[in-house]
Amino acid sequence: MIANTHTSVTSGETRARRSFYWRYMVEPYFYLSPALILIGVVMLVPLIVGISYSFQSIALLKPFDTGWVGLENYAALWDDRKFWLALENTFRWTIGSLSLQFLLGLGLALLLNTQFRGKRLFQALVFLPWAVPTFLSALTWAWLFNPVIGPLPHWLHDLGLLSEPYNILGDPDLAIWGPITANVWFGVPFFAITLLAALQSIPSELYEAAEMDGASAWQCFTKITLPFLAPMIAITVMLRTIWIANFADMIYVMTGGGPANSTQILSSYIFTTAFRKLDFGYASAIAVALLGLLLIYAVILLFVRQKLVKV
Amino acid sequence: MARMEIKNLMKRYGQTEVMRDINLDIKDGEFIVLVGPSGCGKSTLLRMIAGLEPISGGEFLIDGLRMNDMRPRDRDIAMVFQSYALYPHMDVERNMGFSMEIRGDDKIKRKQRVLEAAKVLGLENLLSRYPKELSGGQRQRVAMGRAIIRDPRAFLFDEPLSNLDASLRVEMRLEIARLHKRLGATMVYVTHDQVEALTLADRIVVLEGGNIQQVGSPLELYERPANRFVAQFIGSPTMNIIPVSPAKNGVTLANGTKISLSDMLDLNAAAELGIRPEHIDVLPYGTGDFDAESEVVEHLGSDTNLFVRVDGIGPLMVRVHGNVPNQPGDKIGLRFQLHNTHIFSADGQSLGQRITLAA
Amino acid sequence: MSDTTRRNPMLMMGKSAAITFYLTFALFPLYWLLKIALTPDRLIFTEGTNLAPSEITFSNFTSVLFKTDFLSYFGNSLIVSLGTAAVTTVIAAGAGYAFSRFHFSGKKIIIAVMLITQMFPLLMIIAPIYKIIASFGLLNSLSSLIIVYTAFNIPFATFLMQSFFDGIPRDLEEAAMMEGCTRFQALRKVVIPLTLPGLGATLGFVFTAAWSELLFALMLISKNDTMTFPVGLLTFVSKFSVDWGQMMAAGVLALIPSCLFFIFIQRYLVQGLTSGAVKG
Repeated sequence: MIANTHTSVTSGETRARRSFYWRYMVEPYFYLSPALILIGVVMLVPLIVGISYSFQSIALLKPFDTGWVGLENYAALWDDRKFWLALENTFRWTIGSLSLQFLLGLGLALLLNTQFRGKRLFQALVFLPWAVPTFLSALTWAWLFNPVIGPLPHWLHDLGLLSEPYNILGDPDLAIWGPITANVWFGVPFFAITLLAALQSIPSELYEAAEMDGASAWQCFTKITLPFLAPMIAITVMLRTIWIANFADMIYVMTGGGPANSTQILSSYIFTTAFRKLDFGYASAIAVALLGLLLIYAVILLFVRQKLVKV
Repeated sequence: MARMEIKNLMKRYGQTEVMRDINLDIKDGEFIVLVGPSGCGKSTLLRMIAGLEPISGGEFLIDGLRMNDMRPRDRDIAMVFQSYALYPHMDVERNMGFSMEIRGDDKIKRKQRVLEAAKVLGLENLLSRYPKELSGGQRQRVAMGRAIIRDPRAFLFDEPLSNLDASLRVEMRLEIARLHKRLGATMVYVTHDQVEALTLADRIVVLEGGNIQQVGSPLELYERPANRFVAQFIGSPTMNIIPVSPAKNGVTLANGTKISLSDMLDLNAAAELGIRPEHIDVLPYGTGDFDAESEVVEHLGSDTNLFVRVDGIGPLMVRVHGNVPNQPGDKIGLRFQLHNTHIFSADGQSLGQRITLAA
Repeated sequence: MSDTTRRNPMLMMGKSAAITFYLTFALFPLYWLLKIALTPDRLIFTEGTNLAPSEITFSNFTSVLFKTDFLSYFGNSLIVSLGTAAVTTVIAAGAGYAFSRFHFSGKKIIIAVMLITQMFPLLMIIAPIYKIIASFGLLNSLSSLIIVYTAFNIPFATFLMQSFFDGIPRDLEEAAMMEGCTRFQALRKVVIPLTLPGLGATLGFVFTAAWSELLFALMLISKNDTMTFPVGLLTFVSKFSVDWGQMMAAGVLALIPSCLFFIFIQRYLVQGLTSGAVKG
């Protein structure tokens, strides 16, 4: 009796298995495979190839000098003053852009969370920079900093910040602020939108309850708004850090890394090495170094995220 | 029409078994209600019948034909969803005729059938509306119309009334009962509301923790619950459960009161006594089996609910028919209707119902 | 909170100041772009830094359009961006549907891989991509750009599409399947019509991204007749760095398609940015 039931159950099970396999193992891949193939061929395979390049000498300008060189590229990297400078600039660029983007973005989100006339139009207009192609934002700001056609040097001079109206993009001490300004201009809407979404998800009853309890507007902000936004802020800031650290377009277009490498960050250094010098081996070594740094950062990020997202 | 057989049905998600050894025969034209608390597996069972959820083991047959591997579209079963699942981008007419559209029936035939069904449900003036322009009750009707139009072998309902307000729910409940009577089709209905179960079902299946607890007609479940779970789940207000210890020819309550029961019981371990609030009689103070003090009195008009406290036993609920003048703080006497008491063993199984008075 | 703001004049002033600041900050650079583009050549150096030109002209636009290769750049960019947007949206819709509706082994790994591709420096693969494309003889071809851009945008577009599919109740598909549809029919007749706005938004996001991509286009395209707008504009800038009016007129032209799509996708910005989370 028991054996009987058992066999009938198993035969039913195997047949159900077959349709189970079709529906749960094969069918999803039918919808997924084009995406997977493209990502695999265009991103993952080149990624592995790229890592292997970093152990080779591949410079298109020296076609007879190719081959495996072991850690030679990395050794060169270690002694490369430009690399360490670029690393330092990467930190300056990322922290400078990020903190300004965040503060201005938070202000804008708080502003958009209140009511005023013409808010819809205002919102559309202040978000516009996000839609401007990056190369164009970069060019526009480069032009604004140009004393011939741009007003900024003259204004900075009038404010007493510059001794004379010159182009700060040509000044090694100040040049990095050019791309940072452009990046802030371009990135504020992103922060404002994400923070606004988080703000709007705070139940208004909380503010009403706090008001009943006698909280001031400032107390409402520090005791309700900020704690509620904290997880969103943390995650957005952390992901954004990676994105900005990788973001070379602004710098490449505005300064090309100059003057005297004072604005060169790691990702723009990768690009100029690959594009100008056509030295793929060395460019890949820099890229692997950057990837390593980002991985360390991502691990920390995931760890913190786990601590924060308890829901 | 359809007869359904469920044999040793099993459901697994990954390694976790959520249902095991479900056996159920549904007769042609029968109205079966699957009832149980949320997470008991009733919806999963319904979805396995529908073909929306794969069956991990066992067999499901309709009219003797194995259905396990059949796609939902090939089973010829209609389903009314809790959310109604009306297609928001189609008007009522197209919503109702969608199955015929898929089957490739011609437009004139479609229109005619839709109109017929719409008349039955009082929807003929709403055919060109979109779902978002309908009220909850109207949406519910469209969902039913969409099912009727196909003339399927069986109907499945997944908590169809839970999104309606109370008065509409009563109305639609009647509508479904009428529909069943008119069509005579096999229906399987999932709900967590025992009133719906008791009023609609030919037979009720009580599920809990992925197991069938009891199958039976509404009255059977009310009068002879197979275990403590069914006893407490069916019937409102909930049955009182009181711990008892065995005694000669009966049981003893914690306050020392002895309840004499028939000799068919042979208790030798601690057990529980179950009694429904409507099966406790209220008597003047000192004249019952024991005394109690009422704490809260709820006047419902047709009935009165008394929440009383009994020394040594704790709180009990008593329901008295009609209005009684009791006030909180009143001392009263209580007596159990012995033929309506239930005894459950320590593991919750019923040891006997309708116990007759022995001494 | 808004009540207190209305009553307190100091806060009102602060708020107006903030509104003015953000508006100026956002719009001034674009205004400047337009202003220089409209200023006649002979006035640029004398009035270059004035807030408004004393005379306006459209000659910069006409000469950019008809005396340079910008029409060709513009056309190339349009082909690349529309092609990328269309292919990406179709592929991402499939993948997003799979993520939204199926539980299958390997799902978590695939999602993780897709997230990682959003984080590693894309420039890392610029050298290998160049060599691979070169070995297929596809350098200087628009199709190579479409393939590369499509792959880059798929992860983000997939997550975006998934969020749209997640917004459509499963019940609808199941109801359709109960009524006789195959899964694919249910997808076509019920799910896709309801996802149309989402498909449009994805199209818009991907178009905008492809329209502004510069570095890979610089690497892969060196012939004038296949240059995209950003590459063309940049070579133009380095070659004719004195013709300010024409450059800015070209810039204004490059802005037009992005702005059109921006108006179109504005409603979906929040969904797009939060589901992609890392995309600029």
